[in-house]
Amino acid sequence: MSANQAPISAPLPASNAGERRRANAYDVEAIRRDFPILRELIHGKPLVYLDNANTTQKPELVIEAEAGFYRHDCSNIHRAVYLLGERATEAYEGARRKAQAFINAAHEYEIIFTRGTTEAINLVASSFSRMTLQPGDEVLITGMEHHSNIVPWQLACESTGAKLRVVPITNEGEIVLEDFERSMNARTKLVSVVHVSNALGTINPVKTIVEMAHNRGIPVLVDGAQSTPHQPIDVQALGCDFFALSSHKMYGPTGIGVLYGRGELLEKMPPYQGGGDMISSVTFEKTLYNDLPYKFEAGTPNIAGTVAFGAAIDYLTTIGMDRVAAHEATLLEHARRLFDGMKGIRIIGAARERGGVFSFMLDGVHPHDVATLLDAEGIAVRAGHHCAQPVMDRFGVPATTRASFGLYNTTAEIDALADGIEKVKEMFR
Amino acid sequence: MSQHSLYQEMILDHSKRPRNFRALAEANRKADGFNRLCGDKVTVFVRLEGDVIRDLSFQGSGCAISTASASLLTEVLKGKTQAEAERIFHKFHDLVTGKSHPEAEEMGKLAVFSGVSEYPARVKCASLAWHTLQAALHQEPAATGTAAPQPVSTE
Ligand SMILES: Cc1ncc(COP(=O)(O)O)c(C=O)c1O
Repeated sequence: MSANQAPISAPLPASNAGERRRANAYDVEAIRRDFPILRELIHGKPLVYLDNANTTQKPELVIEAEAGFYRHDCSNIHRAVYLLGERATEAYEGARRKAQAFINAAHEYEIIFTRGTTEAINLVASSFSRMTLQPGDEVLITGMEHHSNIVPWQLACESTGAKLRVVPITNEGEIVLEDFERSMNARTKLVSVVHVSNALGTINPVKTIVEMAHNRGIPVLVDGAQSTPHQPIDVQALGCDFFALSSHKMYGPTGIGVLYGRGELLEKMPPYQGGGDMISSVTFEKTLYNDLPYKFEAGTPNIAGTVAFGAAIDYLTTIGMDRVAAHEATLLEHARRLFDGMKGIRIIGAARERGGVFSFMLDGVHPHDVATLLDAEGIAVRAGHHCAQPVMDRFGVPATTRASFGLYNTTAEIDALADGIEKVKEMFR
Repeated sequence: MSQHSLYQEMILDHSKRPRNFRALAEANRKADGFNRLCGDKVTVFVRLEGDVIRDLSFQGSGCAISTASASLLTEVLKGKTQAEAERIFHKFHDLVTGKSHPEAEEMGKLAVFSGVSEYPARVKCASLAWHTLQAALHQEPAATGTAAPQPVSTE
């Protein structure tokens, strides 16, 4: 930590209302009241927002935290000597400690703020690869990765002569651990795997994968974009070397996310971008880099967004991720009861361990038509390839319609989805 | 949902039973179109005699809007000259992008696509076959059976 950092202070205490909420049963109606957008009418109908894997809606206190920063504390960080600068720095670094606690990282400096999961993976793909990858080396991913966990590795392989190897997925949308074991060899330098698939909902056994890779001394990156919003995360228990997440999928603002990295690895890795804040001294002859995490945070970051992300973490912590997970499990259970026997529908992805993501095809109806017609009912779902074209190819479909659940969704909303689907089927009969 | 501005009866009908949905053995122009966003694919086949589109057909897979649009395109443009086809394409494009009203111009059957202008995300679906036809017409008389080297994209 450099000398101009604000001192560490205790995290903000949860509000009394929050304490009360924590003590009581999961009150989804009270939670819904925290989200102003859920009062919007869409084509004259109440919004049924089921596109949470794409991005989540924001509670009032997150919106207020972002606005509040601009109203009361706005200044740059790590460089202003006046009071506002101290407040801004403290708020920004406070968010780092909240993120650290949220995923149980051992050290504050292991939390690097990025623009999101995509930039977090690109950081590793660029920096770690420059340090490590040689021609003939291999990077191992799976067949269910988001494009942001494919393309950065293709770029890294292109510039280093390394090879990208892919562990295939089954018809259920799972990876077979024996296949995984077989795909590793002496040239494997990194494993990068998605925790929860955004296209299939599959929850991968990342702890076991990490153990298998570590037995061979191979570091592991976990793409946690879709797991962090839905279950408690403990990066030390997972044992992973890197973990990437996005605030906007966790009820926080867009444009901010985290790369968690184990300290020893981050220490050795070269900087990702150069600029202000990432240096300790610059001359035209030689530049000394700043300490972690600042070595990887060049330039003025998304300060207000980071502060509001901290508020989103407080919000989730107050509710409790175990309770969010339990609520969403009941939603998935409800959806399964409704859809598993439904005629004319094909569910894509049938992993035994599954999150609240529901990808489907209606016989004879293109996903884009499904989504447009559901929109007329106020129901927001995603249609497309979900930035996972290899997954679509694997299942032989051009696209799917996807409903994905969040902490504010209700079983009544899933009923509305089922009714909407029946109407679409009727129309295309 | 029954009176949906986008999914008019005629559009649903053409999407379920597309007309001229086949390969054209006598085609002397052909192009492939691809919408990266949704994976829609279309191949347009044209039999051009002199300046006249003597016959045309299409194949592919896509949403109701893109399929109906391709189907109606083949109906409307059969027998037209290249210049006429060009003019109708521009009118159609103005219609689906909301730059003209269906009543203002003699759009004929194509007027059913006026609802597309309320759905900017769907303009590409409606215009994919049209862009692909244009590419086919502008292409050198090619050996049929070989795909155009660069599929047309509506992006
Ligand atoms: C599994 C997964 N990884 C990575 C990303 C990329 O996240 P972002 O766009 O926030 O960088 C997403 C977003 O959809 C995702 O679902």
